Amino acid sequence: MKTTPSTLAVLCALAAPAWADPILQIEQVKAFETAPTAMAGGGFMEITNSGDTDDRLIDVLADYPRVELHTTEFDSEGVARMMHLEDGIDIPAGETVTLAPGSFHVMFMGLRGTPFNEGDQVSATLIFEKSGEVPITFDIVKRPMTGHEGTEGHDHH
Amino acid sequence: MKPVIFGVTTLAVAAGLGLYVWQTQSAGANPCGDTAVAGSAIGGPFELISETGETVTEADVITKPTLVYFGYTFCPDVCPLDTARNAAAAYILEDQGIDVGTVFITVDPPRDTVEIVRDFTDNFHDEMIGLTGTPDQIKAASQAYKTYYQAQEGDPDYYLVDHSTQTYLMFPDTGMATFFRRDTSPERMAEVTACFIDRTA
Repeated sequence: MKTTPSTLAVLCALAAPAWADPILQIEQVKAFETAPTAMAGGGFMEITNSGDTDDRLIDVLADYPRVELHTTEFDSEGVARMMHLEDGIDIPAGETVTLAPGSFHVMFMGLRGTPFNEGDQVSATLIFEKSGEVPITFDIVKRPMTGHEGTEGHDHH
Repeated sequence: MKPVIFGVTTLAVAAGLGLYVWQTQSAGANPCGDTAVAGSAIGGPFELISETGETVTEADVITKPTLVYFGYTFCPDVCPLDTARNAAAAYILEDQGIDVGTVFITVDPPRDTVEIVRDFTDNFHDEMIGLTGTPDQIKAASQAYKTYYQAQEGDPDYYLVDHSTQTYLMFPDTGMATFFRRDTSPERMAEVTACFIDRTA
């Protein structure tokens, strides 16, 4: 087949977005175990964008009555305010954004009767503005500092 | 949902924090290296509902040095972290032969039933006491401890609650010895608690 200038142009057009795409690496995808009657659980992860284009995490889908991106803020008097991040979370090019307790998190709501048990997994789909849908799996782990073994100090990661 | 706002309360907590800074700066005045608010008006009588559904008062709950925290179980983020920290401090002290109690009082009585609060606290420490109550009982307890909480507007099932995050160290006879901010490590909390217990022994 003869390569014409027009096919080259098409090939270039197809290739171009790939260079400009954010390149996401998602690690440490975990959620902490909950009490048997818990109504909500938190999901955490690290998202690294090694591309040269900013992206934004805009939503999370999972099989629970309500799943949202939340953050917690504290005022100078130690009052915690949790809020729904309706605009999502920026994932700037070249940076790692951490979803961790006391900050950004995925809020799974309406778990009643289906608690998070250590060793289980929760499937979810992250939706990015540019990268689209990315399937992930949360590993349910034991919360640090819940017993004698947890006395090493704060583990925020 | 009825919002509960304690303007005076938050001012009092702010004053407490100011005192904390002042006392940290004047080292030596305070052997335990933390806030000591002598004669503080924080704490006092309350009537709440225990993990077995019985009405209890502060005399039933605070029978030994006790770490008291106000939160809600629908909060998957900050409350478990703070509650786990308090449990960890209690375990550290237990290893040193020091017996302290841990208490979690919900600020979300419509959703946090006796069973839910009991399950939540058992997840962190077998002996942690979880308390709920009627909205009026919770409001009174929160006012006694000068904590702030306010349910956010929103879905009746999935609303969030803003709330204070300090933990109080309470003694049965003398009331509040100090409070801990949420960035205090379990080790530091155990150390300061042990110091206050030594001083009262």
